[in-house]
Amino acid sequence: MTILNLVFIVFLGILFFIAYFHISNYILDIYGNKTLKRYNFENSIRVIVFITPAFVVLFIFILYPVFETIRLSFYDKFGREFVGLYNYKWAINDPEFRRSILNNLVWLLVVPTLSTFFGLVIANLADRIWWGSIAKSIIFMPMAISFVGAGVIWKFIYEYRGPENTQIGLLNAIIVSLGYEPQAWLTIPMWNNFFLMAIMIWIQTGLALVIFSAALRSIPKEMLEAARIDGASELKIFFSIIIPYLEQTILVIWTLITIIVLRIFDIIFAMTNGEWQTGVLANLMYDWMFRGGGDSGRGSVLAIVIMIGVIPILAWNLYKHRQEQKI
Amino acid sequence: MKKFSISSLLSQLLLLFFVIIWIIPTFGLFISSLRDKDLLAISGWWTSLTTTEVNEIYRMSGMESQIEEDGYFKIKGKLFEDNSGKKIESFGISSKKINEFNIGDIATFKDESEVLLDEDGNYEWRSRTEFKKKKGKRLFTTSLSPPAFTFENYREVLFKEGIGRAFINTMAVALPSTLIPLIICSFFAYSLTWMKFYGRDTLLAIIIASLVVPLQMSLIPILTIYNDFGALFGVAAKSYPGVWMAHTGFGLASTTFLLRNFLKSLPNEMMEAAKVDGASHYDIFLRIIIPLSIPAFASIFILQFLWCWNDLLVGLVFLDQVPSEIILTAKLKELLGSRGENWEILTTGAFVSMTVPLFIFFALQRYFIRGLVAGSVKG
Repeated sequence: MTILNLVFIVFLGILFFIAYFHISNYILDIYGNKTLKRYNFENSIRVIVFITPAFVVLFIFILYPVFETIRLSFYDKFGREFVGLYNYKWAINDPEFRRSILNNLVWLLVVPTLSTFFGLVIANLADRIWWGSIAKSIIFMPMAISFVGAGVIWKFIYEYRGPENTQIGLLNAIIVSLGYEPQAWLTIPMWNNFFLMAIMIWIQTGLALVIFSAALRSIPKEMLEAARIDGASELKIFFSIIIPYLEQTILVIWTLITIIVLRIFDIIFAMTNGEWQTGVLANLMYDWMFRGGGDSGRGSVLAIVIMIGVIPILAWNLYKHRQEQKI
Repeated sequence: MKKFSISSLLSQLLLLFFVIIWIIPTFGLFISSLRDKDLLAISGWWTSLTTTEVNEIYRMSGMESQIEEDGYFKIKGKLFEDNSGKKIESFGISSKKINEFNIGDIATFKDESEVLLDEDGNYEWRSRTEFKKKKGKRLFTTSLSPPAFTFENYREVLFKEGIGRAFINTMAVALPSTLIPLIICSFFAYSLTWMKFYGRDTLLAIIIASLVVPLQMSLIPILTIYNDFGALFGVAAKSYPGVWMAHTGFGLASTTFLLRNFLKSLPNEMMEAAKVDGASHYDIFLRIIIPLSIPAFASIFILQFLWCWNDLLVGLVFLDQVPSEIILTAKLKELLGSRGENWEILTTGAFVSMTVPLFIFFALQRYFIRGLVAGSVKG
C-alpha cells in the first residue's frame, strides 16, 4: 500500500464516522419538522442514533468476546469440540503456566508497591524544593514512551560483553570498574525478573508521582504548619499526616498500576521473550494464540486467569459507582 | 526566605539522586544514537566526549597497484578516509603482536617486503622483487579516535531499515484510532449524561465494568471474527480499518468514562435553556458541548493517541508484519531480534519512535497530566 493510499483511507475512515452523525441528524431534522408534536419520539430516535455506533463497538469488541472467551476455554484448540475442564487441567499441570503465575504474582507484589512508594516519596520531596517541577517532569517522562522503547533503553543498560571486552552497557561497566565479573543480567533466572521489573517501576513511578502531586495540594496547609510549629520533623509529618491523608489516593494508584501490571506483555516480549524463566501470563497467552497453529482453548484459559485477577477491582469499582449514584 | 537546614539539603540530594537515576537511561540512548557507529560498538556512551582507542584490521592493495620506483616495487595507498580524524598510534603485521611497531618504524614481512605507515593511514609497501599476489597483506592498527557525532545513524535507520515507513504506518494507525473513539464516544457520553432512556444506568455500569477488562479477553474472539470476515468477503483479515476498530473497542470504555465525568460537571441550566429555545440535541452537542469540552477532548486525545502510538500487542495481532503495515514498536522488536548487536540502529530507531511521544510530552504536558489525573483506567 503506497503512502498516498494510506493517507486516503485514513481520511475516509475518520470521515465515515463524522458523516454518520451528520447525515443521520440531517435526515432527522427533515423528518422531525414534519412531526413536530412527537418530540419525545424524535428524541428516542436520536438516542438510538447517538448510542448505536459506540454500543455496537462495545458489544463486538468487549461484551461478546468476554463470553466467547469463556466458552472457548471449554472447547478444543479449534473451538469446535466441547472438552470440559481439559484446558484448565492442562494449565494446572503445565510447568510454564506455573512459572508464569509465579512471575505474575511477584510482578504484582513488587511493581505497584515500589512505584507507589517512589511516587509518593518523590512527590513529597519535589513539593518542597524550588526545582521540584523540573524534577517531576524528568521522572514523569518515561510515562510518554512505549514499553518497547523503554525495553531498548534498558537492554542497552544491561548489555553484556565477555570479560575480555570493553563493556558498553552501563550496569556492567559499573560492576567491572568495582572489580567484579560482568554478568549477562537478563539470563540469570529469578534475578532477571527484577531487572525487567525495574523497567516497569521506572515507567510507572511517573504515573504515581503526578497523581500524588495533585493530591498533595489538597492537604490543608494549616495542618502541616501546625505540625511544624509543634516541632514535628518532616519524616514524622510524612508518616503521621501525609500518608493517612492520602490513603484513598494510594489505594487508587496501587490498583491502577496493578491493572497495568496484570496485562504486562511488551516489556517481556521485547527483552527476553519469556526465556530464562521470565514468562508471564500475557506472554504465554500470546504464545498459545499462534504456537502450533494456535490453540484457542488454552489461550482462552490464560486470558481468563488474567481476567480473574481484575475481578475484585471490577467489583469494587461497581460498588463505588453504585454508592455515588445513590448520592 | 526559608532558612537553610540539613533536612532541606538532604531532600535536595535525595531528589537529585532520583532525577539522575531516572534521566540517565534515556540520556544514554540519545547520546548513543548520535555517535559514530564504530565507536558506539566498542566504547560506552559515557566516554563519548573523550578520545577512544580503536583496534582495527586493514588490508593493503594487491599487485595491480604496484609501481616501480628507486629500484623498489612499491604499493602506495591509504588505509582509511582522512576525514575521520583518527590518528594511528601503533601497528602490527600479525594478529599476535598488533602493537609491535610504532609510527616511523619499518616493519619487515617474512618475504622481506617492508612497510612504512604514517599516523593518517598512508602506507608505502615496498619490495625488491615484484609483488605477485592479488590480495595485499593485512595491517593491524591501534589508533586514537576523537569524539565523533553524526546524523548518519538517523539517515540509515529512517531510509534503509524501514523505520521511516513504520513511522508513517504508526501515524496511520494512531490518528484514526484516536479520532474515531473520540467522535463516537462523545455522542455516547452525551447520551449517557444528558438524555433519558431506558437502560441508561445498566449501560453505565457496563462501561465501568469494561474499564478494567484486560484486552487479552478480546484477542482470540476478535481475531476469529476478522478471519471469518476476511474469508467471507475475500478481503485481507488484517487491515488498517481492523486495527482502528480494535483500538476503538479497547479505548471505548475509558474514553466514554472520562468524557462523561467531564460532561457531568457542566451546568444543567445551560442545556435546559437551550432546549427551551428549541435546540435539538445535535445542536446542543455541536454549539455548546463541543466548544466547552475542548480541554477535555485534548486530554483524552493525548491519552488515547499515546496509548495507540505506544501499543505493541494490538499492532502485532491485527496487522501483517510486512513493511507496508508494520508499526514502530513491532519494527523495533523485530530489530532487537535481527540487529541485536547493532546498537546504532537500535538506539536510533528507539529514539525515532520516541520523538512523537516526547514532543507531546513537552508541548502538551498540562493536558496529558490532567487526563491521567482524571482517572485514566484502561483494560
